[in-house]
Amino acid sequence: MMFKLAALLTRPATKYVFILLALLFPLFAANEYQVYVMSLAFVWAIAVYGLNIITGYCGQLNLAHGGFFAIGAYTLGLLTSDYGWSFWPAFVAALLMTAVLGFITGVISLRLKEHYFAIFTLCVGFIIYMLLDKWEELTHGAIGVRDIAAPYGFGVVDFTDSVPFYYLVLAFLIFSIWFISRLSKSLLGRTFIAIRNGDELAQSLGINLMRNKVLAFVLSTTYAGLAGALYAGMVRFIGPEDANILHTFNLITYLLVGGIGTLFGPLVGTLSIVWLTQSLQFLETYKMILFGPLLVLLVIFFPNGLVGSLLLWMRRKAESMGVAKAPKASRVETSNSATGKEAENNA
Amino acid sequence: MLQLKNVDVCYGSFKALNEISMTVNSGELVVLLGANGAGKSSLFNTLSGLNKPTAGDIEFEGKRLNGLRPSAIVDAGIVQCAEGRKLFPQMSVQQNLMLGAYVHRRDKQGNRRRYKEILEMFPILEEKAEQPAGSLSGGQQQMVAIGRAMMSRPRLLMLDEPSLGLAPLIVRQMFQTIQQINSLGTTVLLAEQNAFAALKIASRAYVMENGRLVMEGDREAMLGNEKVREAYIGA
Repeated sequence: MMFKLAALLTRPATKYVFILLALLFPLFAANEYQVYVMSLAFVWAIAVYGLNIITGYCGQLNLAHGGFFAIGAYTLGLLTSDYGWSFWPAFVAALLMTAVLGFITGVISLRLKEHYFAIFTLCVGFIIYMLLDKWEELTHGAIGVRDIAAPYGFGVVDFTDSVPFYYLVLAFLIFSIWFISRLSKSLLGRTFIAIRNGDELAQSLGINLMRNKVLAFVLSTTYAGLAGALYAGMVRFIGPEDANILHTFNLITYLLVGGIGTLFGPLVGTLSIVWLTQSLQFLETYKMILFGPLLVLLVIFFPNGLVGSLLLWMRRKAESMGVAKAPKASRVETSNSATGKEAENNA
Repeated sequence: MLQLKNVDVCYGSFKALNEISMTVNSGELVVLLGANGAGKSSLFNTLSGLNKPTAGDIEFEGKRLNGLRPSAIVDAGIVQCAEGRKLFPQMSVQQNLMLGAYVHRRDKQGNRRRYKEILEMFPILEEKAEQPAGSLSGGQQQMVAIGRAMMSRPRLLMLDEPSLGLAPLIVRQMFQTIQQINSLGTTVLLAEQNAFAALKIASRAYVMENGRLVMEGDREAMLGNEKVREAYIGA
């Protein structure tokens, strides 16, 4: 029964049902605040998808992701409020800015490996925060950036209202997921996975490590920039706290809860946590007493995240039931020789 | 084709390879014998560009390989099939094989042709093409690993312990396949502990001990050598 339900969830056609539900959400939402929260969750989800490229698929823990999110937000904010740009040109500029800065950071930082890379990016994230906080001539310092332009619509559509903006963010989210779905099935996606499984293995296949890692990093920061620009257009006021390292840790939590290296993990993780924290709002500051243990239990019982664990469970179940085609988990690991099949062969 | 002159490799203060000088001629099947820890894998990793030599020269078809990136070395035609297969078990057999063609990724037609050739070489893989590589038996996984290396169209194929952990019947098939690869024009450098089976198909052999090449000779000389027979063949 459980297996059938899970199999139904992983059917390709099911995604259209979820898209339909997402489209109908504003009609069923109890109030405008819920639409706002869902839009915000979608924005975070886009950022988490970016983190999933570099950390989930490529295996490099980037702790500056929140900083790049803030760079996207600040680029759009400053260009529209201080320099009089309209929303969409500033939006494109925000993407370009995060891509270029991502490239420069990537070229320098990706020479380091594993935890050295993570520590380096942690420092980059902190430098971004410090710059946004202290470079008052450019960023307005602690005062932040106000009067950020909202996205103007086309024809009768006006994105300054919460419901049209919700649909705008949803469109970007669907595009983001579609792009990563294509990426993960492509040779480039498999190249990233090969790198995650080990630098030496990837190199022995002829993969240019640096080029591919930098490409993954740039894609990842561009996603962060996209999310940041949408966030700035949504809240229309940003401050240096938007670059706080805590945001990066939140994004990592969303990714781990959903399932690192899976296609729908970032979305499931973000929505679960955002709505869980919303539903615990009545506990005010005490909500963490409940949220913390819940997170611990989740990590203990679902170490691959919600989606990752479901896919793994389904694969094992399918294998034990002798189903020919088990669902493919997108989390891929490298095998050494020690497998059950090998023992069977040797016997 | 391949020439090493006094190559040293160090891991910190430990000297893993000590004044290695060897030659592999085009079309040969050269076997590298040695116990665990003798330095065979270190030598392969050095030829692949994963280890940097601290001294000496490596030349391949007249081109100096010292300092080249591993991807450039694969591009130059030296490909390693590492010990222990190292497949991506949840990727399909086809995806594993196509990842081997990474350096030729723009030549899609050539890759398709090569893929067919690999399937002709390992017919069992054709029916397993869509299966996750991790679900295959050890022998089949080794076929995928060799096939993946062959997808890079190597001129020098380095096979590190391909018979490791396989049943005797599969080992025999594996050595026949290696001989077939060699007879089709690919030069092979084979590191093996299964000395007798390896020497039977070899043109020449080197013996490694403690990071040094201590012996060299053609197949007959090696098979007839008392020390080799005692230490590696056990007869």
